[in-house]
Amino acid sequence: MKEDVYKVQIENIFEGPMDLLVHLIKKHEMDIYDIPIALITEQYLKYLEWMKSINIDIAGDFILMASTLTKIKSKMLLPVHGEEDEDEDPRLEIVKPLEEYLRIRSAADKLASRNLLGEDTFVRNPHQENFSADQDGEIIKVGLFELIDAFQKILERISAQRGVDILTADTISVRDRIAQLIDTFETKKSVTFNELFSSNVDKSEVVVTFLAILEMVRLSLITIAQNIQTGTIRLFYL
Amino acid sequence: MEQIKNIIESLLLVADEPLSVDRIRSILDQPEKKEIKKALEELMSEYENRKGGFFLREVAGGYQFRTRPEYREWIKRLIQPKPIRLSKAALETLAIIAYKQPIIRNDIEHIRGVNCGGILRMLLERKLVRVLGRKAIPGRPLVYATTKQFLEVFELKNLEDLPTPQEIKELDDSVPKNRD
Repeated sequence: MKEDVYKVQIENIFEGPMDLLVHLIKKHEMDIYDIPIALITEQYLKYLEWMKSINIDIAGDFILMASTLTKIKSKMLLPVHGEEDEDEDPRLEIVKPLEEYLRIRSAADKLASRNLLGEDTFVRNPHQENFSADQDGEIIKVGLFELIDAFQKILERISAQRGVDILTADTISVRDRIAQLIDTFETKKSVTFNELFSSNVDKSEVVVTFLAILEMVRLSLITIAQNIQTGTIRLFYL
Repeated sequence: MEQIKNIIESLLLVADEPLSVDRIRSILDQPEKKEIKKALEELMSEYENRKGGFFLREVAGGYQFRTRPEYREWIKRLIQPKPIRLSKAALETLAIIAYKQPIIRNDIEHIRGVNCGGILRMLLERKLVRVLGRKAIPGRPLVYATTKQFLEVFELKNLEDLPTPQEIKELDDSVPKNRD
């Protein structure tokens, strides 16, 4: 018996409470529209116990689901008084999300069964670059160091322009700057690195802009490329 | 007419991404969209009837030559592609975004019942998903959507082409029912 449970667990590493619930429902051949709530709660808690016993850290999500199940179970036990509840089945609280989750699972399966590019089907030129023929000559991808170089040049330009930093009352957050930059990219598609800094000469703003650019690269919102001849750095919106 | 078809065929061979009708039109100085579409359809059925090593597919708003899945193993011997293999969790997350876009992270996590931060980052890195902008609610959370690359990888014409998820009723039937 013990071994049996063990086996099942190793094959199915439950990623979340929904995953586990679906597994239990299938295993016990339950109808999702008529879940025996006492049984499933018991089974669910048993699994949590078991997970604890083999020292798996149980995430908060699992505990939350356990409390939802227990709550539903106790609601089911209470006699229904009067009409105010309109016979709403307390189980709906998990049936709806379960339905939704199952629908997504079936969608995911269908996606996975398609002819995937690079797996089942191939195109003639699979190593295409993302930024197609550029506006100004040959370009190469830019690394972090070129970017920092360019950034330093802009900082130098600023300090040359004004010796002392003036305190500004309204500083902009990196987040807001990203939102602004997205607006710019939406209209322009690609912008040169210098263009982004030409209008603001405030040092803190320059820093915020630079951080925003780094963050956007990390989020794969933009890619950065440099012209081989002119050294112009250009940012492309993806 | 015959010539247009040949021109389009030659463009399709050289193009490194799916060619849209509009793009072909701008290249051909050819005002009649209908004519281009007709030529494309003819090409598609010609390649289909030929039953050769590749065919013409409509993907991501354009047309592209692709190899037939039957020959995947041979091609893998030739080019050793980076496998795109996506985990079950990644596919689920991607499916949620595909069907519910634009969507914020919180809503994705609500459906899956687990944290999706790492998976989202991976999907962003693989360019299957992108940030559309921010939602105008407190916290201004990022809004996610799928990319053109997503359509290309999953061989979809457009988002309407997404397979309809199986209804739960049917799904229920595939799970053996309670015995009476």
